[in-house]
Amino acid sequence: MNLRKYLKVYRKFLHTSLASELEYKTNILVDLITAILSLIGSIFLLSIFFQNNGYIGGWKFEQALIIQAIYTILNGITNTWFNPNLTEIVKHIREGTLDFVLLKPIDSQFFISLKKLNPSGFLEIMLGFLLLFFCIRINQINLNLSFLTLSSITISCSICILYSLWFFISTTTIWFVKTWNAIEVLRSFLYIGRFPLNSFSFSLRIFFSVFIPIAFITTIPSEVFLGLSVLWKILLEVIVAIVFLITSRKFWLFALKFYSSASS
Amino acid sequence: MIMISNLINRKIFTLLKVQYSNMLEYRVEIALWAISGIIPFFMLNIWTNNNLNEAINISDVLLSRYFLCAFFVRQFSVVWVVFSFEEDSLMGKVSPYLIQPLNPFFRYFAQHLAEQITRFPFALIIAFLFFIFNPKSIWIPDLSILLLSIVSTFLSFLIQFLIQSIVACLCFWTEKASSIERLLFIPTLFLSGLLAPVVSFPPYVKSWIYLTPFPYLIDFPANLLSGNETNISRGLSMQILWIFLLFPLFKKIWSEGTKKYTAMGS
Repeated sequence: MNLRKYLKVYRKFLHTSLASELEYKTNILVDLITAILSLIGSIFLLSIFFQNNGYIGGWKFEQALIIQAIYTILNGITNTWFNPNLTEIVKHIREGTLDFVLLKPIDSQFFISLKKLNPSGFLEIMLGFLLLFFCIRINQINLNLSFLTLSSITISCSICILYSLWFFISTTTIWFVKTWNAIEVLRSFLYIGRFPLNSFSFSLRIFFSVFIPIAFITTIPSEVFLGLSVLWKILLEVIVAIVFLITSRKFWLFALKFYSSASS
Repeated sequence: MIMISNLINRKIFTLLKVQYSNMLEYRVEIALWAISGIIPFFMLNIWTNNNLNEAINISDVLLSRYFLCAFFVRQFSVVWVVFSFEEDSLMGKVSPYLIQPLNPFFRYFAQHLAEQITRFPFALIIAFLFFIFNPKSIWIPDLSILLLSIVSTFLSFLIQFLIQSIVACLCFWTEKASSIERLLFIPTLFLSGLLAPVVSFPPYVKSWIYLTPFPYLIDFPANLLSGNETNISRGLSMQILWIFLLFPLFKKIWSEGTKKYTAMGS
């Protein structure tokens, strides 16, 4: 692994995909409006839930907004990197162009996960951060060093888990060829990351922390923001993130053994 | 006259048969599609688990029926014509369709209907599982109500199909019409009643929402089928009104667009 080489290659990826995406300028504007409307919509939905209740699952409205902010940031990251790249795997496998990726003298997972970039997701990330700063003000959170490190650790773990989930499903394409719809299922499950985990019934809570660890993705970082988090939860998230990353890597290498290109 | 209608019938029937066998090939995908529509059940879980429904005077049972019906209505009114049309027009596949003496949107229409037929058993399985976990909410709707709600679900599907077809025709002018569709999907998602029944909306939204097409897409058919309170005559007439408003618009934009269309390479 030569880090400098990979950085250099990544800079080229950035350059080419930005150049090709900026051709569709109105598209980016439309995507920005979509992101704003979608945030307004989910705050509207949240306000309906809080219309007659002060608390949902033990969370106040201002606190639940933090979850929305983190969800928006993560969704922006998904739209910028995961979605454009990992849906590309399906295309690579259907058309047999994965061969060209495998032949390159570069790690195939790196190439496949970072080749493309959708700049309109940046706007969503920025929107999420704006909401997050607003939440920090209205919840009167003190920014100090330990808080910043803990929150950045948990958020990066969330990103790792999210990436691994996407990569897992995209990898199964090698066997099933068409997995658009499996990605759609993942998306709809991820949707519940917009709400505090405690607002669901016990059985769903178990399901979303054991089978699909969506609970970890938004709830734990938000708890860190509110200073409610306990150390073992953060440690657990770190462990889950590492396990997910390693298994997704192993799974990719395992799946590649079953890849027979389009005409052989 | 009879011959013409026979011909049209035969065309539609053949198209449906072809598309149905086409769809049967992708059973697993359609099953996954059905699963990806289960968000209403998560929402139901939030509502009942936090006793939010007490404030809007809907019992647990009626609310769970509402969300089950919302799931069903959504299953049978999903439209993706803009994505198919965008792909076809980018690939230049629209040109041969235009030569045929049949509007290509009939083809997409048949595709959607065939997919709904394929989807039906999976939706039933999900409903069955729902009743196992939630036996209190089992009910049998009146035959007349059932028929009416099937009609209104179909009308809701027609409205969404027309809206998306209009957006799809924008492909003649811009290459990526699907991003406009994604934009339109946001108000549909939040205002149609898929995530929360329209009754629960705050008054400042309720005052104007019934003039838009959104509550008639999911909220109205779902209320009808689940036996919740709703204004049947207003709902159906608004649905028909929107179809009458959208159809000429579609015809106009289609004829303008085909004039504008230049195939790849010509």
